[in-house]
Amino acid sequence: MNIKILYFARIKEAVNYSTEELDLPSDISTVTALKHHLSQRGANWANLFNGKQVIRAAINHTLVDDLAKIQAGDEVAFFPPVTGG
Amino acid sequence: MTVRIQIEDFDLGYELMSMRLAGHGSKESIGALVSFVGQVRELNDGDAINTLTLEHYPEMTEKALTAIENEAKMRWDIIDSLIIHRVGTLKPQDQIVLVAVTSAHRGEAFNACEFIMDYLKTSAPFWKKEATSQGERWVEAKLADDAAKERWESHAG
Repeated sequence: MNIKILYFARIKEAVNYSTEELDLPSDISTVTALKHHLSQRGANWANLFNGKQVIRAAINHTLVDDLAKIQAGDEVAFFPPVTGG
Repeated sequence: MTVRIQIEDFDLGYELMSMRLAGHGSKESIGALVSFVGQVRELNDGDAINTLTLEHYPEMTEKALTAIENEAKMRWDIIDSLIIHRVGTLKPQDQIVLVAVTSAHRGEAFNACEFIMDYLKTSAPFWKKEATSQGERWVEAKLADDAAKERWESHAG
C-alpha cells in the first residue's frame, strides 16, 4: 500500500529530505513496524529509528503512539519532541 | 476561538483590546482577560542567541492548536480564546507566541490560559533552532514541559 512520509526538524536534516512516497510491504501496519522498516535503510536510518532516540509520529495530522495502525493513503510524519511556544 | 500562524509580528495592544471589547452587547459579558506572551531569550543555556528559527508542520499546526482550544473550552467556562504563533526566523526579544483568554471571572481565564500554553508546548508541531556564535543547534524538549502538561491530566481543572 502507498503512504506518504514527512520528516521534520533534525530528522529532516539527518535523512536529507522532507517527504517521500513509499509502497509499504503488506506486513507493515503499525508505526512501530514502519520505524523498524526505515531503520533497515542504512546506518544513518538505523541511528534515527532504532528506538534510542525519541521520535514522535503523527498520522493524518494527529499525534499517535507507536501502536497506531497505518492505512493506505495515510500521511505519516516523524519528528522530534516539539519545542514551540 | 481563533488560531493564527504567521511570520509577521503582532500588535499586542491591538490584539488584547480586540479580545477585551469583543462581544459588546452580547449576554456573555467579559469580566476578565488573561494573556501570555512568549519572547525570544537573549541568552539560552549560557550562550547569546543571534536568531531563533521556528519550523512547523503547516497542515497539522492549526488543527493541533484548535484541538487544544476546544479542550480548554470544554474544561472551563471561558468566552473566547486566541492563539497567535509565529514561525520563521526571529531575533532576541521578538514576540513568539500570544495566548489570550476571556471569561466572566478571572479564575477560568487564568486556568485556561496556562492549560493552553502547557499543551501547546508539548503537542503542537513546532521546532526551534538557535543560532549562536558557536553555530546552530536544535532546542531540546524539556521534561519540565511534559510535567507541566501532566498536571492537567491528573485533575479535571
